[in-house]
Amino acid sequence: MTGVAWDVVVVGAGSAGLPSALALAERGMRVLVLEELTAPGQGQHKAAIGGVRATHSDPAKILLCRDSLRIFGSWRETNGDDIGWKMGGYCFPVYTDAIERTLRGILPAQKAAGLEIDWVGPEEIARLVPGIAREGLRGGTFSPGDGQVSPLLFAISCERAAKRRGVEFRYGEAVVGFETAGGGVTAVRTTKETYATGHVVLAAGAHARPVGRMLGLEIPVVPDAHEGGITAPVEQFLGPLVVDLRPGPEGKTANFYFGQNAEGQIIFCYTPKPLFVGEDRESTSEFLPILARRMVSLIPRLRHLLVRRVWRGLYPMTPDGVIIVDRVREVGGVTLAVGMCGQGFMLGPGVGRLVAALIAGEPPTISAEAFSAISFYRSFGAAKTEALK
Amino acid sequence: MSGRLSRHPILPIPSGGGTVGFRFGRKELLARRGEVISSALYAAGIRIFGRHHRDGRPQGIFCVNGQCSQCLVVADGRPVKACMTPVEEGMQVEPVLGRPRLGAHDTLAGFSEATSGERAVRVLVVGGGPAGISAAIELGRAGIDVVLIDDKPVLGGKLSLQTHTFFGSIADCWAGTRGVDIGTLLAKQVAALPSVKVWLDTPAVGVFSDKVVGVVHKGRFLRLRPEVLLVAAGAREKVLTFPGCDLPGVYGAGAFQTLVNRDLVRPTKRLFIVGGGNVGLIGAYHAMQAGIEVVGLVEALPRCGGYRVHEDKIRRLGVPVWTSHTVLRAEGREGVERVVVARCDERFRPVEGTEREFMVDTLLVAVGLSSVNEVLAKARSYGMRAYGAGDAEEIAEASAAIFSGRIAGRTIARDLGRKIEVPERWSRTAAVLRSKPGPDEPDEILEVERPVQPIIRCWQAIPCNPCTQVCPLGSITIPDGSITSRPRFEGECLGCGRCVTICPGLAITLVERDHDPKRRTAVVVLPLEFDDAALPASGRAVTTGSRGEPVGQGRILGIRDRADQDRRRLVRVEVPWADRLQVAGFQVQNPAEGKPLSASHQACPEPVEGPPATSPSSDPILCLCEGVRRSEVVAAIREGVRDFNQLKASIRCALGGCNGKRCTEPILQVFRQEGVDPKTVVRGTYRPLDLEVPLGVFAAAVEVEGFRSRGGLSAGKFAPRTQRNAKGAKGRRS
Repeated sequence: MTGVAWDVVVVGAGSAGLPSALALAERGMRVLVLEELTAPGQGQHKAAIGGVRATHSDPAKILLCRDSLRIFGSWRETNGDDIGWKMGGYCFPVYTDAIERTLRGILPAQKAAGLEIDWVGPEEIARLVPGIAREGLRGGTFSPGDGQVSPLLFAISCERAAKRRGVEFRYGEAVVGFETAGGGVTAVRTTKETYATGHVVLAAGAHARPVGRMLGLEIPVVPDAHEGGITAPVEQFLGPLVVDLRPGPEGKTANFYFGQNAEGQIIFCYTPKPLFVGEDRESTSEFLPILARRMVSLIPRLRHLLVRRVWRGLYPMTPDGVIIVDRVREVGGVTLAVGMCGQGFMLGPGVGRLVAALIAGEPPTISAEAFSAISFYRSFGAAKTEALK
Repeated sequence: MSGRLSRHPILPIPSGGGTVGFRFGRKELLARRGEVISSALYAAGIRIFGRHHRDGRPQGIFCVNGQCSQCLVVADGRPVKACMTPVEEGMQVEPVLGRPRLGAHDTLAGFSEATSGERAVRVLVVGGGPAGISAAIELGRAGIDVVLIDDKPVLGGKLSLQTHTFFGSIADCWAGTRGVDIGTLLAKQVAALPSVKVWLDTPAVGVFSDKVVGVVHKGRFLRLRPEVLLVAAGAREKVLTFPGCDLPGVYGAGAFQTLVNRDLVRPTKRLFIVGGGNVGLIGAYHAMQAGIEVVGLVEALPRCGGYRVHEDKIRRLGVPVWTSHTVLRAEGREGVERVVVARCDERFRPVEGTEREFMVDTLLVAVGLSSVNEVLAKARSYGMRAYGAGDAEEIAEASAAIFSGRIAGRTIARDLGRKIEVPERWSRTAAVLRSKPGPDEPDEILEVERPVQPIIRCWQAIPCNPCTQVCPLGSITIPDGSITSRPRFEGECLGCGRCVTICPGLAITLVERDHDPKRRTAVVVLPLEFDDAALPASGRAVTTGSRGEPVGQGRILGIRDRADQDRRRLVRVEVPWADRLQVAGFQVQNPAEGKPLSASHQACPEPVEGPPATSPSSDPILCLCEGVRRSEVVAAIREGVRDFNQLKASIRCALGGCNGKRCTEPILQVFRQEGVDPKTVVRGTYRPLDLEVPLGVFAAAVEVEGFRSRGGLSAGKFAPRTQRNAKGAKGRRS
């Protein structure tokens, strides 16, 4: 065991771990980050398309992402790096009565939460999303305060910011076990060393379950896979990230979404139906034909974009589709930031602040009601369908 | 200056076929029917196709092989690779200035058939070069269904660019026949096999985990599910990094061969070459055949790595070859104007004070090849039955690739249950054909007291035997019976010249001692693959020795050019008696160096507004796609980056259109230079696509009748300043 004891050891240098480490260091704690891969953000983090919105229907996500937006939006001023922040908003164009009712139904709650979002008519949608198919377009929602960030640049910059505040990173070290005494964690064992600490943040993403078992915890996180892709850049023409909630006529897509990042590239993804459960991260040949048909149907001019690359990332899913951020009761000093359900990137900075507050012994950064909804000890069986995933 | 060849000693210049008119910006131009955009632009003297979105630096061709994305232009509203897209009548081509703009082009006729279909294929062969065709022939002869795809419009791969005659043995691989003709022979053989389907203009764009190979065929994305996959995708050219390596005018020798030997375009009048392997040496020869002056060739090693006969051949023609020299930099504002070379030490460090400057507008890079094997590796990782053949597996001569393909074809047939033999002899032959050249033997010329005799300047053992097969008296033999040892003349000589005609190295000449009974002069018979334009008007030539050293003067007496000589002309040159054994050739260009450059290329069709191109003298660009400079890579390495994926994330290198094919090796070299063993660097994750493909191809979008762009992608933010079109129709060239 190394001589020094760390205030906190963060397991995982991904969407939740990186900002958690930074937030902890900002409170003056000595933080060590352990990552089995060889660089920051190389797990599922880099597979994110980079959309960031506070306009959810779940109160906890609204509050956490509002924090994230604030942190992303002021990142350059705070940390000096360009992370590709683009405040272009989110736009949900609507073609069906059912989706209109769903979206209009949650607007009052979103507005009550202070979110800048409203229903806009088809003309406004067509202005926001140039070239969008007008036939049957009923309008949609637009939330100008949402935006996009480059997950690649953010991981690099967040690690750099954390290092500046004294955080140390050990890459290529997988956690193999924990040591406990008196009901609390005392050390983390890796493939290389043992690190003494009184606090552990478990931010192991898709591997939350096996790492949790090392502590005797049964963390109900099971990954499924989603594919994404990116084009060559074109001049900026699309402000908002566009989400089409319609299931696809081909029967294989539940919805799809895309946006133009600050580099000018269109980055895109869909929710497959049925889901690909498992950890296979290799792309399939079906993704592009299916998604291309959907994108070009919605905006015909997109057919001229050159597709550059495709990939596949994992959504660490919980049974009810709600994230887990909580202090563990069974083992002292263990905080969970897991089960991000595919939204870890946009939730990350907000989750990091919450984790830091919990470890500092402060009240949660979000309301008590919202915090209880993301508890590790909630009833996962009582699945309520989130109106707007 | 006309940018098109009007004559060529080997290749026919098509007279028919017609031309099509198109526009580049406001300039009206003509292309040969079927010609790709990049060649049509080069023929018109245009070599800047756009400006990079990051720094405004000019961009043009680099690979002319559909692999990089340097030559992106917007054609009729669509972003396309200029090197892969044929000009169509009335096409409007725009330079890509900055990022292309997506215009309001919102009408579509609809979509074609369902996108999700896939097609089962027994054997899919990727690559229609010597290896791929040879494999398909063996499979086709066994009656096995094969789909053979190639991304080019003709079969043959790089064979179709080779105007020179090939080495090896006549019996096994058509030694003594020109590469372009071997390609045609192979293509004819495969066309006769009913179970082999050949799909041209069909690139493979990726292999996927569902064991599907995605290809683009007739504008549609097809998902092919092969029972067996054979990757014979050949090689790509390695790159060399130096200040100015990004300038238009620096490109690969393969790109050059495509421009000149496929498309019959003369891209320059004078060029310089870096790299003394076979590709560079042959590139020099091809340039001269196209009437282009080769100002010089540098090789960093103390001796050229290519066949000595190739090297000697260009030396004799008047090309200065500088061994132990390297390129320091290319200079110029909007393209190459000068190349600076210097002597280098054994660790390839330039020696101060040895710089030489050459005024050329073109620098060909020929510093080796690497296998195109990413698809093969991925396919194997997905558990597919995947084989490799040819350069995709091991870099070697085309003759070796033919055998590698034959063996792969037979092996696959056997693995598919056919009772078929894979001859043991083939493996041995393939190994012989792959063998590296032997050491230089001392030059020794033995004169015999006969009226006529051949002089064989074959000073290095290479796998080659045609001379031993054609002598009607059997006087040329390889004593040990192999094809890898050096041939020897012994016995009688008729002076028929067959050995001179067939020697792929142009290393055999005749000496006629009986020309002048008084023995004041003798006649040497020299092989020549140039037309009369390359001959001295006076009829008096500067004769050269084995290594190109000037010997004296010779008088050209006559040229024998029979049909059975296959475009190899035999020149009878009268030389002083004392020179008879020394003369091995004569200069077709003056090797005097550093002449000022007279004609220059036009930069762009019209002046382009944008930031000035910056090419800091000491900070070369490593990643052309994203414009990443060496200093940025160095900074990241010094910050501790040891994972290529992290490098991609932080400075964008290898995130561009070429998928890291070009910059990966040079960046790993920087790691080495910074004291980090590249083996310890975590490699970047390789993901599809191999090539950029329009979204509409995947969607199977169907355009409305008579689609022409009004919208689509167009010029971006460094848009041309509106200017009076002065030239109009007069700008047309034929």
